[in-house]
Amino acid sequence: MTDVRIDETRTSERAPRIGESAPRPDGIPKVDGSFTFSSDLWHDRMLWGGTLRSPHPSARIRSIDIGPAVAVTGVHAVLTAADVPGNPAYGLEHADQPVLAADVVRYEGEPVAIVAADHPEAVRLALEAIVVDYESTVPLVDPGAAESSDPIHPDGNLIRRIHLRHGDQDVVGEVVVEGTYEVGMQDQAFLGPESGLAVPAEDGGVDLFIATQWLHVDRDQVAACLGLAPELVRLTLAGVGGAFGAREDLSLHAHLCLLALHTRRPVKMVYSREESFHGHVHRHPARMWYRHHADRAGNLLRVEARLLLDGGAYASSSGAVIANATCFAAGPYRIPSADIEGVVVRTNNPPCGAMRGFGAVQTCIGHEAQMDRLAAALDMDPVELRMRNVLASGDRLLTGQVITGTAPVAEVLRTCADHPSAAALSEDPMSLPGGAGRTADPEHVHRGEAIALGFKNLLFSEGFDDFSSALCRLEDGIATITCACAEVGQGFVTLAQQITREVLGVDDVVLTPASTATVGSAGSTSASRQTWMSGGAVQAACEEVRTTLLTRVAAEHGVDPDELVMADGRVMSLAGALDIDLASVTTEPVEADVEFHHAPTSPLDEYGQGDAHVSFAFSAHRAIVDVDRDLGLVKVVELTTSQDVGRVLNPLQAVGQLEGGAAQGVGLAVMEEVQVLDGRIRNASFTDYLVPTALDMPPVEIAALIEEPEPGAPFGAKGIGEPPSISSTAAVVAAIRAATDLELAHVPVRPTDIALAGA
Amino acid sequence: MSRTHITCTVNGDPVDFLASDGTSLLDALRDELGLTGAKEGCGTGDCGACSVLIDGRLNCSCLVFAPEAEGTEIVTVEGIADDDRLHPLQQTFLEGAALQCGICTPGVLIAAKALLDANPDPTETEIRYALAGNLCRCTGYDKIVRSVQEAAVQLKGAAR
Repeated sequence: MTDVRIDETRTSERAPRIGESAPRPDGIPKVDGSFTFSSDLWHDRMLWGGTLRSPHPSARIRSIDIGPAVAVTGVHAVLTAADVPGNPAYGLEHADQPVLAADVVRYEGEPVAIVAADHPEAVRLALEAIVVDYESTVPLVDPGAAESSDPIHPDGNLIRRIHLRHGDQDVVGEVVVEGTYEVGMQDQAFLGPESGLAVPAEDGGVDLFIATQWLHVDRDQVAACLGLAPELVRLTLAGVGGAFGAREDLSLHAHLCLLALHTRRPVKMVYSREESFHGHVHRHPARMWYRHHADRAGNLLRVEARLLLDGGAYASSSGAVIANATCFAAGPYRIPSADIEGVVVRTNNPPCGAMRGFGAVQTCIGHEAQMDRLAAALDMDPVELRMRNVLASGDRLLTGQVITGTAPVAEVLRTCADHPSAAALSEDPMSLPGGAGRTADPEHVHRGEAIALGFKNLLFSEGFDDFSSALCRLEDGIATITCACAEVGQGFVTLAQQITREVLGVDDVVLTPASTATVGSAGSTSASRQTWMSGGAVQAACEEVRTTLLTRVAAEHGVDPDELVMADGRVMSLAGALDIDLASVTTEPVEADVEFHHAPTSPLDEYGQGDAHVSFAFSAHRAIVDVDRDLGLVKVVELTTSQDVGRVLNPLQAVGQLEGGAAQGVGLAVMEEVQVLDGRIRNASFTDYLVPTALDMPPVEIAALIEEPEPGAPFGAKGIGEPPSISSTAAVVAAIRAATDLELAHVPVRPTDIALAGA
Repeated sequence: MSRTHITCTVNGDPVDFLASDGTSLLDALRDELGLTGAKEGCGTGDCGACSVLIDGRLNCSCLVFAPEAEGTEIVTVEGIADDDRLHPLQQTFLEGAALQCGICTPGVLIAAKALLDANPDPTETEIRYALAGNLCRCTGYDKIVRSVQEAAVQLKGAAR
């Protein structure tokens, strides 16, 4: 069928189990350069693919002439919307985004035509030769005007409005603080741009090797666009160079398959960095207004908020993002009354969707600024104010939902706030803001310190049946796990092996490649959900295998199955009478195929009320920054964090998530913003879109990993990927406010916001 | 398309290949020689994922034209292990969880090797400066810095 090979991962040495820092099974190929990322795929017969994108954020397409492109030497196919045989549009929540634009383009960079040729240079020449006659129209770029403007899409300009009202609506506090905040558009900036390889199959289907977060939902969307039965479209995960939400939507998937099916040749496509900025969704820019009410003792009484997110041209996961923003708008605090309106609209700006933190990042910036403002109005210590109001298990959220799981918010906050700081004032000019020689006057460098608290939901919400599937096969003493969970770097492959060893008492665990062809959906690698969901599926599959095997062995030997245990590659009775090599009793394989579901949730009602979420995770960050007031430069000196993790399954990996997530938070605080002017991205490169380097990131101090096992989660482990990106930004921005006494309503904080303040 | 015949040494082995004038060394390594360890993360020399050593000096291979490699000695991530024995940097990166998705790792390892070749005893600040041309989006750099420190200790011990 295909020569493309994705290797299985395997560990066979003495193997660490749950709670130990097992090394990654894909670690050796990743350090010796042999790991196959999606951009490394190769097929000797392959063609190269490319995409023609709209130069306009809004235009009508009068005509497309592909003739000159078809005539370019080496070109095998030039396809447009007319060549899409199935559903002309796709989308995660609504199929509203054209595979290729037909008569209208709605954002700069929207795909209009695709090309396959025998060399990348021929692809480039062919793309330049396509003649598109556009009639440019005035783009809708102000999200505030979206609802009153003419619809730019048949589905209208309002993507979703949620008006949450909770408790007594007439409450007025003795102390009231109000603020307006703005968050810029952040890019996920994974290091491995979109890429993949599609291979046409003899059965009329297609095999797609791709870097993605959710193979099965990609398959269903692609198959619909191709007009093929889902089983004829087989997706296999190729090595993923980071994701962070940007691979939850389709990008080049359908294009690759169309070209492969049309040319009957394998086709590879790799986005450039510039193209990647146009080729995936970003974090929603936000405008937020808040009013907090409290009594004089500092008890929160009511929060009002108006949240406006810019969804860009297509819906993507905007509906779920605004639900999160609305539900978690006020932070992890006990608040009896609330009126929160969350709105996400369509504009001709770049489409926005999933990014680590998913709606809770933007609102954390708002609610934490409000808490500091309230503390100032009350003349109260900001930590004390927060401590007075933190949520605990048994408390009610703004949605009316009672937290039944763990919520050690007070412990998270206290451990972070109490952690000693190692940050001394440095005399070394290399460590001043801007590095050596850039600081204007060391006397004008001010230090600031602040703390922020955040939370979000784990797993999918609002009634979505969010399951994962896993197969376990135990044969000759070797366990083989098959799960379609997308390993994007987070370390699921490590945990899957640890869980398998823990349950089955084996060392040898083989993980087969993640594919739609071999197993059911694992759901998305997002929402901090895979440790819980696919970890839960692997655990359940292994437990079923264990039960089946022990029942059989018990019957053969006339003992009670409850007397038998599996450990160290053996089956033993507790009394010691039985001790058998596992390989000898598994010459006939024992198999299990499970689907793991979490506790059901409910939709939100018209008041934004309902038991919409499964579980919650909490984090705190304390930031210490030095700010050069003259130049507006910020040096983050120290970042300290505590996080509610349920249980640590792999300490090194867990801390790695906390450090990496915090780096993305630091980036959003001080440097990362996609500059969109009149609908056009102005900084689509790593020259102009800055992400933190090793010099920009301070060491991350882990004050505490709070371990209170979460009921229903495998081994009690909560997801940990997103919280580090939530409270880190708010903490850094608050520390800059503390250093400068400026309000700093815009995030990221730009040098001019500091240097030109009051000018 | 005219193509130039290029002869150079890659990871100790003499190689020759054809490349057109506009081909980057990165593309030649990946597409002509099948050495896909070096990655293209940005194509503009900002991310360091394509880092290789050319005659011992750290370079972004995406910014070097393939014909410029004529007569040089090139080291990529595939060439830093001693046969089956991983380089101490590779070993400490593995043990120290200094990689997650791993796509920046080949470039980071090459940049770290260039540092330790020149400065066997770097301070943390020197390590951070030396790696500031290598973006990593997953780790936040802490574990990378620690792993380079640990490798430096091991290399010094071995040299004694």
